[in-house]
Amino acid sequence: MPTPEWLRRRRSKNQNDGAALWTRCVKCAEVLYRPDLAANLWVCTKCGYHFRMNAFDRISTIVDNDFVEIGNEVQSGDPLEWVDKKSYPAKLAADRENSQLGEGVVCGCGTLTGRDVALGVMDFHFRGGTMGTVVGERITMLLEEARKRRIPCIIFTASGGARMEEGMLALMQMAKTTAAVARFMDDGNLFVTVLTDPTSGGVSASFAFQSDVIVAEPKAMIGFAGRRVIEQTIRQKLPDQFQTAEFLLEKGHVDMVVDRHDLKAALGRILEYAAAEPVAAGSDR
Amino acid sequence: MNVIVEREKGLLELERRIEELRAATTSQSVDMSSDIRALEEKYAQIQHEIFSSMSPWQKVHMARHPNRPTTLDYLAQFARFDELHGDRHFRDDPSIVGGFALLGTRSVMAIGEQRGRDTKENLRRNFGMPSPEGYRKVRRLAHLASRLGLPIVTFVDTKGADPGIASEEHAQSEAIASCLYEFTQARVPVVAVVIGEGGSGGALALSIADRLIMLEHSYYSVATPEGCAAILWSDAGKAEEAAARLKLTAQDLQGFGIVDEIVPEPLGGAHRDAAGSVARVLGSVESSLRQLSALPTAELLEARYRKYRRIGAWHAERLEAIGDNL
Ligand SMILES: [Zn+2]
Repeated sequence: MPTPEWLRRRRSKNQNDGAALWTRCVKCAEVLYRPDLAANLWVCTKCGYHFRMNAFDRISTIVDNDFVEIGNEVQSGDPLEWVDKKSYPAKLAADRENSQLGEGVVCGCGTLTGRDVALGVMDFHFRGGTMGTVVGERITMLLEEARKRRIPCIIFTASGGARMEEGMLALMQMAKTTAAVARFMDDGNLFVTVLTDPTSGGVSASFAFQSDVIVAEPKAMIGFAGRRVIEQTIRQKLPDQFQTAEFLLEKGHVDMVVDRHDLKAALGRILEYAAAEPVAAGSDR
Repeated sequence: MNVIVEREKGLLELERRIEELRAATTSQSVDMSSDIRALEEKYAQIQHEIFSSMSPWQKVHMARHPNRPTTLDYLAQFARFDELHGDRHFRDDPSIVGGFALLGTRSVMAIGEQRGRDTKENLRRNFGMPSPEGYRKVRRLAHLASRLGLPIVTFVDTKGADPGIASEEHAQSEAIASCLYEFTQARVPVVAVVIGEGGSGGALALSIADRLIMLEHSYYSVATPEGCAAILWSDAGKAEEAAARLKLTAQDLQGFGIVDEIVPEPLGGAHRDAAGSVARVLGSVESSLRQLSALPTAELLEARYRKYRRIGAWHAERLEAIGDNL
């Protein structure tokens, strides 16, 4: 079944309006034709760099067809009445405009290679994917829905950590999402996380690393403390591969590093194993 | 430089002079009582000016005061404490102290973050910033307590988890994430006390609790003010501004429903009467444990889930919806 029209419309502007047809790869500096880049799942056609993806672009590469959103009605407020150069509501409004998203995560249900799945996708383009009350609430709602329906849950992470402008209410979302993860997993349900560039701070120190199977995208930067903080603390430069997905694989922190083109098939196989059904001989999807 | 230590200097000087005059009165039999009274009045006035209304930034410095009681000072006033060491994988992290303890007549598991009380001890205890091994020790002890049915009492006092190369190599994220998971599921009452600094995820790892107590001048924040200023404005020098914006005082956090109880400190801070301050905190912990122990386990866990489920759902209509769904 083809991607439904509403999901096609919500994919990134670059694919739709043709305003900026060319972009430069941030890794190898190759000038890339955007429609080609989109067709290649936002992976550089020259060097294989995985661009940070828009949440709806991601969803359309993962679900079979339709996707029913959960928690879209939960919208941000301003609990600390935060103002610095701009007010927090003004920052949110600017990010809503630029990212075409209501908040930093999109959650919902769909099917993946024919199996029901609850899917959460964080988007770095909204406040650096930081977790505030809305992100925490939506992820909790997703896990509660998945638990109720007894279906697997997959969350794609992309986050700079907790959102400073919501203070302790943001930090407490680590506790809230953890409580929801624990209830979901204790019922025997499968939880998979896919760590994308970057995953750090409060998100990496909560649900990102609480799952049954941890997948990472190639070259994604993943860690607790940010690179800059560590370099300032130890007063020396860190090696390039430090905190990359490949480094974490070697250290034993993640289960697999999977190229974006193989990701849906890999997730499909994990769901299939976890469902513990007979697998046809020679089948590898 | 600690702004509270700086402001205390004049007071300590006055205290010394009052003592001298008192000594002179007894040894030389001269009546200095009016001078003493004048100095005492001046002392009380200055003390009131400094401490009766402290800014968030001053509270951060009070929380960091070098003489402020640390976890070990609290453990020393338990009826008994037997320390348990190590994460069973790699090493024992001295920035975490934990073990079996008797609080009054009740057996508990006591676990806390321990900073140093001088430079040498700070180096050994990594300034109270735990490594993954420390959090794995916390998780192990919490799990043991849950299995044996011992209530858990934690003391939070850290700027945050250690941000070093080795900590990343040993999976700091996973260590903290596992701690959080363990505390949400612990089948025993959990009481956490923020005694000094509550810095970010490194503090949260010890403070998912049925009852969160804070000392009057402790702070608890999504990041240290310095960290927040560096993240948002790339300028750790704006820490005082960050402290004012973050709403990190015990009083602010009680308003948000994050903190359940605030234990008052003597004028001038907990270190001005360390033994009395510790006793007051332990009294609060005991009465919390008495109430929580009366609850059946299922109710305790349900209440803990609801407590965190509600945080941040601060729109009234959302609160109602959550109430219905649970
Ligand atoms: Zn490239």
